[in-house]
Amino acid sequence: MLGQYYRFQITSVMSLLHRVTGVVASVGAFVLAWWLLAVAQGGDAYTRAAACLSSPVGRVALFLFSLAVVYHLLNGIRHLWWDIGRGYEIPQVYRSGWTVAVLAPVLTALVWFLALRGGA
Amino acid sequence: MSGGSQTPVTDFRTPLKRARGLGSAKTGTSHFWLQRATAVALVFLVAWFIGTLVSLAGADLQTVRAAIARPCNAILLASLAVALFWHAKLGLQVIVEDYVHARGPGIALQLLVNFLCAIGALASLFAIARIALSG
Repeated sequence: MLGQYYRFQITSVMSLLHRVTGVVASVGAFVLAWWLLAVAQGGDAYTRAAACLSSPVGRVALFLFSLAVVYHLLNGIRHLWWDIGRGYEIPQVYRSGWTVAVLAPVLTALVWFLALRGGA
Repeated sequence: MSGGSQTPVTDFRTPLKRARGLGSAKTGTSHFWLQRATAVALVFLVAWFIGTLVSLAGADLQTVRAAIARPCNAILLASLAVALFWHAKLGLQVIVEDYVHARGPGIALQLLVNFLCAIGALASLFAIARIALSG
């Protein structure tokens, strides 16, 4: 495999993940549109959508969407920081990278903790 | 390839004039800028949306509808839908440009991305309007 010949660095892996999470979040955007249509429709349409989203597959999908969105948002702020010309020193790039890598799952877990504690 | 090989005596065009219409000297700046502008908007809108979703966790349909129908929420949610699908369109476009090198399939995929993102945004706006205006 690639790992035998190529030493992964956090920079390239996070760049790749930014694209992957962007695609996953795009799919999530369509799920959001579908959910909004179901809320607007009400009745059976909403019942079906709610059942679909609270099924095991639906929950896993929602979790993956949330993780992808949180990662993409945090890493996106990192990109915007670079866009204004800051944080380009290699130690800074690694530090911000690890910050995002740690914060993304932690914040996602916090969101789900708050959501599940408050409702359902 | 580059302008360096041309003799300066016979070429009175500026480097900008020569670059126009070639390679990324089309609408690259506009794409770059819109991607960043939507990104900045989405930082705030997505943070607000996640917070709203968490506060609505476990709520019934009537509560969800009442929350979306509140003018402030309806406007923010509509802004989110526009910024989100626009940003998605710009990002997916770059991914297709980078990985799909065949001309036909590339154009077909770009059209698909454009149509789907436009429909996604319009469907979201329609749904939000329907919820907000149904009282």
